[in-house]
Amino acid sequence: MTGKEPSTTLCSNTSHQRGGRYLIWKKLIDRFARTVLGCAASVSIFTMVAIVIVLGTETYSFFQLEEVSVSDFFLGTEWSPLLGAQKHFGIWPLICGTLLVTLVASLISIPLGVISAIFLAEYAPPIVRNFFKPMLEILAGVPTVVYGFFALTVITPALQSIWSGIDFYNALSAGLAVGIMCIPIVCSISEDTIRSVPNSLREGAYALGGTKLDTSLKVVFPSALSGIVSACLLSIARAIGETMIVALAAGNLAQLTLNPGAQVQTMTAYMVQIFLGDTDAIGVEYKSSYAVAATLFVMTLSLTLIGAIVTKRYKEVYN
Amino acid sequence: MFNKFLQVSSLSLMILAGATYASDSKMTGTVKVDGSSTVYPITEAVAEEFAEDAPRVRVTVGISGTGGGFKRFAAGEIDISDASRPIKAKEQKLCEEAGIDFIEIPIAYDGLTIVVNKENTWCDALTVDHLKSIFLDGSETKKWKDLNPEWPDIEIKKFSPGTDSGTFDYFKEVVAGKTGAIRSDMSVSEDDNVLVKGVSGNKGAIGFFGCAYYFENKDKLKALPIHNGTSNVMPTSKTIESGEYAPFSRPLFIYVNKASASKKAVDYFVNYYLENAGEMANAVGYVSLPKELYERSQNNYKNLRTGTQFLDAEGEKVIGALATVYE
Repeated sequence: MTGKEPSTTLCSNTSHQRGGRYLIWKKLIDRFARTVLGCAASVSIFTMVAIVIVLGTETYSFFQLEEVSVSDFFLGTEWSPLLGAQKHFGIWPLICGTLLVTLVASLISIPLGVISAIFLAEYAPPIVRNFFKPMLEILAGVPTVVYGFFALTVITPALQSIWSGIDFYNALSAGLAVGIMCIPIVCSISEDTIRSVPNSLREGAYALGGTKLDTSLKVVFPSALSGIVSACLLSIARAIGETMIVALAAGNLAQLTLNPGAQVQTMTAYMVQIFLGDTDAIGVEYKSSYAVAATLFVMTLSLTLIGAIVTKRYKEVYN
Repeated sequence: MFNKFLQVSSLSLMILAGATYASDSKMTGTVKVDGSSTVYPITEAVAEEFAEDAPRVRVTVGISGTGGGFKRFAAGEIDISDASRPIKAKEQKLCEEAGIDFIEIPIAYDGLTIVVNKENTWCDALTVDHLKSIFLDGSETKKWKDLNPEWPDIEIKKFSPGTDSGTFDYFKEVVAGKTGAIRSDMSVSEDDNVLVKGVSGNKGAIGFFGCAYYFENKDKLKALPIHNGTSNVMPTSKTIESGEYAPFSRPLFIYVNKASASKKAVDYFVNYYLENAGEMANAVGYVSLPKELYERSQNNYKNLRTGTQFLDAEGEKVIGALATVYE
């Protein structure tokens, strides 16, 4: 026994030491992992902060210039920073172009997206759904430049053969392409929320003698409404910010019009025009694109916020 | 595009056959070119041919517009600046301040071409006064019938190259003069193919760009003869070279940074360019200069003659035909 005792002590000693080192090591790794993960997560926040700072300072210096005034910018109806005897910086033609494209896009993406979501979640047998969902995801993965060329080479000529007064570059064609692009956004989020409506509600509806259509439209759809609304808002925000399609197909003429067949310039398309080397990097035209960007940023940010509020406020909670 | 490629590649055989100096497959380095989208087709064609001659030299050609090109040139970012007009006093000053000496080389003629839609059957020629009432700020003209009561009641849709392009500057100089302004309700794009699409897609459209883009898209567009004071003249290689296609024929240039010219790859490229500029210009739809002018520019390049010949001592623009101004 006496021979054994020291060895046990020794043994427990080493195991204690090893365990201690092991624990410290583990703690270090844990701390390290937390730092790495935290850094990764904060990259996006820092980017956001940097964007806000750059947009803010540049926009501020734009409004400090003699040629512009805040009231002209937000109330003016003429946007001609590059041409003409006098430059005009009234943002409304650009906002009008953007909203016209977005309106056309939403008229396509929201009904089609929501209807296909209801179909996929409530009606489609699994085999159809397994086919449709990947197809929609492919649609979401198509690069926007491809949509732009699709608008220019397929949609526009088709529209021109029906409507002879339409411009070659027009808001309608670009809007249709943006709408098609946004269908997967509306559809996949809506479908997820529809599917998360508990089955007990459907069973209850059936028990009361409802048909499948009654159940889907009067019970399931209202229950999923908050998710569907935020999906729609997200798609609208996406359409407002879309750049490539409108730069290719909507034209480069900022005008205040509600005619979808006319050429328009969206806010994003204006920024493309400026940053493509069209102007001085110091001039008032260049700076104006930051003011446009800031306005666009505020628009999409408020849509996203409204979406978040709607989801939170109107979410149906089931136990 | 494909047609142009064919022309260029068949030309390459001719050039290879007649090459006066041996190709250099071991030479390395980069040549950075940027500037006018009008000069771009020529430079790009030369660069393509050059790649066979010196495959290890990397030549990049950008299209920032003449103004954008000079900006980068003055910042020392590029070796060669493509320009569809002579350098301006302001740009020359920028170069001076940055200590950049340059050699001015005219390479071809261009005829700025006024184009309309193929379905435009009513208009067969325009005068500069017509263009003034179409394009000037403050003009009341909105429809074709405002120009001529016999013409139809169709809106004139205007397509213009970017405001930083030499083509726009040149057009503005001719149509608006020094003090006038071009109207703002036009679609503007730095990409000439966007203009081609816009004019060919709208019945009432009118636009303008370098003649190469018209020659390449002859099947989609209709060019208008312009009244030069005595008669209506179509832009063709003959009328452009003789100057009969007035006031819209103009020379195109490249500007070489003198410091870059001492780099072997750049020097080799410029010599190659000078040797082939005429043929390349014709191949892509522009008009070659008379032989004598190429000899003058070769001499100027060899002797590293710096500065521009299109601005006088006071920085005022020298006006006159290329052959008389450029020595």
